[in-house]
Parts: sequence; structure tokens; C-alpha cells
Amino acid sequence: MMGKKILTLLLMAVLSSPFVTYASEADTSHATSGETSVKEGIKEYISHHLEDSYDFSIWHAMGLEFPLPIILIDEGLHIFSSSNFHHGETVAESNGKFYKIYHNKIYRTDAEGTITIDSETNHPTQVKPWDFSITKNVTSIFLFGLLIFLLFRSVARSYGDTQIPNKIGRFLEPLVIFVRDDIAIPNIGEKHYRKYMGYILTVFFFIWFINLAGLTPLGINVTGNIAVTFALALITFLITQTTAKKDYWMHIFWNPSVPWLMRPPLALIELLGVFIKPFSLMIRLYANMTAGHVVIMSLIGLLYVFNNWFARGAFLGLTLFLSIIELLVAFLQAYIFAMLTALYFGAAVEEHDHH
Amino acid sequence: MEIPEIVGAGLIVIGAGMGIGRIGGSAMEGIARQPEAANKIQTAMIIAAALIEGIGFAALFAV
Repeated sequence: MMGKKILTLLLMAVLSSPFVTYASEADTSHATSGETSVKEGIKEYISHHLEDSYDFSIWHAMGLEFPLPIILIDEGLHIFSSSNFHHGETVAESNGKFYKIYHNKIYRTDAEGTITIDSETNHPTQVKPWDFSITKNVTSIFLFGLLIFLLFRSVARSYGDTQIPNKIGRFLEPLVIFVRDDIAIPNIGEKHYRKYMGYILTVFFFIWFINLAGLTPLGINVTGNIAVTFALALITFLITQTTAKKDYWMHIFWNPSVPWLMRPPLALIELLGVFIKPFSLMIRLYANMTAGHVVIMSLIGLLYVFNNWFARGAFLGLTLFLSIIELLVAFLQAYIFAMLTALYFGAAVEEHDHH
Repeated sequence: MEIPEIVGAGLIVIGAGMGIGRIGGSAMEGIARQPEAANKIQTAMIIAAALIEGIGFAALFAV
């Protein structure tokens, strides 16, 4: 009974989250009068949400925001709090050097915070220091990595002598079995699947949890950041290439099943395919999550554009509908990423018998 | 953003939509004929649809 109530509450929180995060940001937007300024405000709000940021702002109006550490390497190490920037409005000083945020990037400036724009490239002429800051996305990755680690460790420990899962394990065990029986074994094969299970399970649950977190009032957008999906695809790429067997390389460079005249051009295409596969993994996850966030936020934005209750009700219903679709997409993208990863691993260890 | 680019992206999205539609339709037919193979068909369908979807997104982001 209790669990059911908590689940219902969680579901309500997830579904109502876009409204809360939007409302909180709407207070702070300068655009309040006129139709065009509302539209501009919505555009600005959406692009602000899609970008990474130097402080973690959950609910600005209620003061629910945390500064994050800024770590710069610029002729020595500079570590200071992002609250020194006051949301990018002021210049931060560290060890005699001055920094300013311009278009979400940190530049080294003078005490007045002058930013001069190069007229040809449209980029500032100021120096950009090496930026290793713990940004909002990095914080989210750490938080959810820790959550997943603690969750699965407690489930693993709860087994003990019995084979019966308890508590949260009853929910997670079928998912782990699903990843093993429907993703890993059919694509990799009984013989080799075990050594890849760790990575496939990790990537599946990481992407799924992070995608779901993107639908909560935390207002984070980690998998909608191309750098994150690039890193995930890069790990898949490296594992595929480093664990590949002889047959995999032979099929790329000297495919024995085609006439020899066809082999060099085919080798070129196959070599391209080696890089296109992780590239498509990266683009797919990034584009799906970004598109989902943009669509939901645009629909919420329409609530503010239309000034009549019939249209508002309709768009409210549409937002609810799309939020539920996004719950499905969050799972589907994790599934597809894990599935294609397993497929590439399967190709790497496949053994052919030629005559 | 030039007009030919928008038209090109639109054409690619139409193509991708038709492609995914055909995959879905054929999978439905396949499952109706052989319900016991539903799992295998579903997996193959999702992989093929995901590959086409990638091209669609590439077109959208090129605009």
C-alpha cells in the first residue's frame, strides 16, 4: 500500500515537473510584456535549459540553487566557487587573474570584464583557459553514478544465501535478466557474452536513469549534451576495437566471402563503417533527448503565448501526453543504445567458419 | 538557413518516415503471420528503425 502511494507521488512529481521548472524560470525572465517578448523569453529559456551551466539552479525563485566549483588551468591552478560570477553578471578574481562568463564559456579578461568580439569570426579575442569545472552536467553524472552504484551494491548484497531478490531487487532483477536474455545473449552469443555484461548493464541503467532524471524538477539535460553521448560512444568504440578477434579485422580489410577484386573498395567502406557506427550512436541519443526536451518545453511555452483557457487546456493535455511518451522514449533510447552496443560487440567476437 | 536546405531536410524526413512506416507495417504483418516469432521480429524492427532514424536526425541537424 505504502509503496503504491510513493509510486503515485513520484509519477505525479515527474509529470508535473516541466511546469514547476518552467514557472520557476519564468519569474526570472525579463520579458513580461508584449507577445514578441514572451516568445523571445521562451526561446531564451529553452536554449538556456539545453546548455550546460556553472551553477545548479533547481528553483531560482525559492532560492533553491547551489554554486559549483570552477576549476581552471591558466598558468597555474585556479579553484573558486561559481557564486563569484553572480550568474555571469560580474567578473571573478582568482590569484590576480580576472575571469568572465561570455555565452556560457569562461574567458580571461581585465578587472572591468571587457570582452572584445573579433568581427570576422564572431568569437571573443580573449584567451580561453583550460576549463575543468564541475558543471551542472558533471555534478549530475557524479550524483547518478553514485546512486546507481549504491543501489546495485545493496541489491547484490541483499541476496546472501538465497536466490530470491528482496525490496528494490524485485524491481531490478527482471530488468537485469531482460538485458542479459534479450540484449546480450542474442547479439553476442552464449560463449562470449559474460565479459561484456558489466559494460552493457552499466550503460543501459546509466542512460535510463539519467534520461528519467531529465524529466524530473532537477531540470538537467545530460544525455542531451553531445559531449556526454560522445564519451559513451567512444567507450563502446574502444571496447569493440580492443576486444575484436582476428575474424573481425579480416572481414574488414580482406573479406574472404567476396571476389578478390571487390576486396579493396569494400575494405574502404568497412573502415568508414567502423567510425560511422559509434558516430550514429552518439547522434541518435543526443538528438532524441534534445528533441524531446525542446518539444515538451515549447508546448509549455505555448501555454504562456495563448491567452485563452481553451487553448491552454488543450496544450496542458498535450504536454501531459508528450511527457508520458518521453517516459517511453527514455527507456527506448537506453534499450537501443545497449542493443546496438551489444550488436557491435557481437560482430567483434563473431567466429566464422570458412571453407 | 536557406530555402533549398529546408526543402532537402523535409524530403529526407518524408523518406525516413516512409521507411520507418514500411518497417513497422511489415513487422506487423510478420507478427500476425507468426506470433511466436514476435520477439525476434520486434528486435530486428527496432534496430532497422533506429538506423533510419539516425539519417533523419542527421538531416535535421544539417539545416
